Amino acid sequence: MGENTALLQVENISLSFGGVKALQGVSFDVKSGELFSIIGPNGAGKTSMLNCISGRYHPQQGEIRFREQPITKLKPNQRCNLGIGRTFQNLALFNHMSVLDNIMVGRHHLLKNNFLTGGLYWFTGARREELEHRQQVEEIIDFLEIAHIRKAQAGTLSYGLRKRVELARAVALKPDLILLDEPMAGMNHEEKEDMARYIIDLNEEWGMTVVMIEHDMGVVMDLSHRVMVLDFGQRIAAGLPDEIMDNPLVKKAYLGEEDEQPSEESAGVGEVA
Amino acid sequence: MSLGSSMRPCGDFRTKYASDMTIFATPVTRYLAVAFIIALLFVPLVGSPYVLNLMIQIGYYGIAALGLNLVVGFTGQISLGHSAFFGFGAFASAWLNNSLGIPVFFAIPLAGCLTMLAGLLVGIPAGRIKGLYLAIATLASQFILEDFFARANWFTGGSSGAMAEYFTLFGYAFDTDQSYFYVVLFYVVLMFTFTSNLIRSRDGRALIAVRDHYLSAEIMGINLTWYRVMSFGISALYAGIGGALFGHYLGFVSAEGFTIILSIQFLAMIIIGGLGSIYGTILGTIFMVLLPELMEWSTGLFSGMMPDLVQSLAYIKEMAIGLAIILFLIFEPEGLAHRWKRIKAYWKLYPFSY
Ligand SMILES: Nc1ncnc2c1ncn2[C@@H]1O[C@H](COP(=O)(O)OP(=O)(O)OP(=O)(O)O)[C@@H](O)[C@H]1O
Ligand SMILES: [Mg+2]
Repeated sequence: MGENTALLQVENISLSFGGVKALQGVSFDVKSGELFSIIGPNGAGKTSMLNCISGRYHPQQGEIRFREQPITKLKPNQRCNLGIGRTFQNLALFNHMSVLDNIMVGRHHLLKNNFLTGGLYWFTGARREELEHRQQVEEIIDFLEIAHIRKAQAGTLSYGLRKRVELARAVALKPDLILLDEPMAGMNHEEKEDMARYIIDLNEEWGMTVVMIEHDMGVVMDLSHRVMVLDFGQRIAAGLPDEIMDNPLVKKAYLGEEDEQPSEESAGVGEVA
Repeated sequence: MSLGSSMRPCGDFRTKYASDMTIFATPVTRYLAVAFIIALLFVPLVGSPYVLNLMIQIGYYGIAALGLNLVVGFTGQISLGHSAFFGFGAFASAWLNNSLGIPVFFAIPLAGCLTMLAGLLVGIPAGRIKGLYLAIATLASQFILEDFFARANWFTGGSSGAMAEYFTLFGYAFDTDQSYFYVVLFYVVLMFTFTSNLIRSRDGRALIAVRDHYLSAEIMGINLTWYRVMSFGISALYAGIGGALFGHYLGFVSAEGFTIILSIQFLAMIIIGGLGSIYGTILGTIFMVLLPELMEWSTGLFSGMMPDLVQSLAYIKEMAIGLAIILFLIFEPEGLAHRWKRIKAYWKLYPFSY
């Protein structure tokens, strides 16, 4: 893939729930290898945007392309075959499974054994296949430093650990594009630092393109290559972290200042195409 | 989600992942299980016909209940029509043997496959609907199949029922409790091992994932419709094999036995044994097979004092089943499997139980 081709192209996406316009004509693209953040106040439509990319929501308008292939119509389970993985804002682990099994579910689309060959285990190569993937899953477990809880039932873990297991499960999908919805929400300072380090490693060493939603501005500005700001379902800015920090519209959206109406031409300042 | 919990003795460190992926948590439990099965091989030599009969019942009901546990306990769907599949398997096996001349040896697994097709058909709505609506749909399938049993003379013999030949192998007829015990034992070991493997491999995990969080299961690449429908198909396969074993044991299959009551009894087995527990299924089946015996035995005990009791035996049995379900739901909602785990934990930590 060339340097300049976008891995993910989002074009003019609109999504509404009854009267609520969650997204209004949002466009952006993410280049291969990028760490891209989406920020914005509560209810701005950030999660809705991720849901459109991962296939949980189907936008009424617009198109999403992954590696230049339109994916807007695909079901969520078909998108992970293409190389899209994600974590959820509200924890979505399989609570009664062990941590290990949770992460092994991430290998689902890479495994070939089925009801019959899985049931016959020793005679069909299912055992060998499971073992191979188990080894790769253990690498992920080591990387995310959750080896000590691998046998624990996921539902019994602390919030911070569950977030980490969820990341492990998404990494197990071997995605090229990983979507992280508030990976650090509700974590203490130390846990946040760890998480930030994992995300940088995933991006730089594992070669994953990252789209991240995060409220902690310090983290966003430190980690991101580019940032997009949503407010009331609209893109109000996109650009380099520094540009975003200086953008008056962004300041206003965050601080809720009530001065003059936003002038139309200032929308999209600092766009780096 | 394998048979063992993570309770292993300290000092037992795993150095290979393979040793961590076994069905049984420790080699000791594996040896115990194998020893138990070997011990079972000797039961026909010493057991009375009464005991053998009960154990054979536990066998074929247990296989069917395991199928129900796959759909209810592992996939988190509801099925109120399981006994119809059990009956379908019994008729199908008899029909394959009587009408097509297929030996019983092959008719049993083939009947399982035919029942699986019926299950897939019933499972199609399950790909779309959930909860109460699915309950009603499966209930409807129960009645439709019951009606089919009564009308499809070519398949079931209609109201007069169907004869089912004995199981034979190389000319040897398994026509006694002693010999048939081995046939049932073979299938029990086969189906339970198969299930244990399934649950620790890809598609078994997918079923549990669908149960625990279907939205994130879908994001993990799991095709929800496929697994919801397949779990019905697989559960019907188990019911079909259980039913076929039942038919060739009794030698006669009649439609009256496969009613909603039996479906509820299957549900009771897995609720009492433990939803989503493989060995709990066997515990629950043992409980449900022995419960009526226990009731009979205790009414016999009291009948000297209260002669009326014997006449109301049938009611007492049914009430006891209902009562057992309710008591378990209140006091041990996670079933006998959970209780057993706690007992094991208690002995492991004894005398430091707190
Ligand atoms: N399934 C849904 N049904 C109805 N409305 C929805 C649904 N999902 C999102 N919305 C609405 O869409 C808008 C955007 O929600 P979204 O969850 O995308 O916000 P967000 O930017 O992720 O906010 P937060 O920072 O609180 O997570 C909100 O007004 C929300 O109420
Ligand atoms: Mg959100």
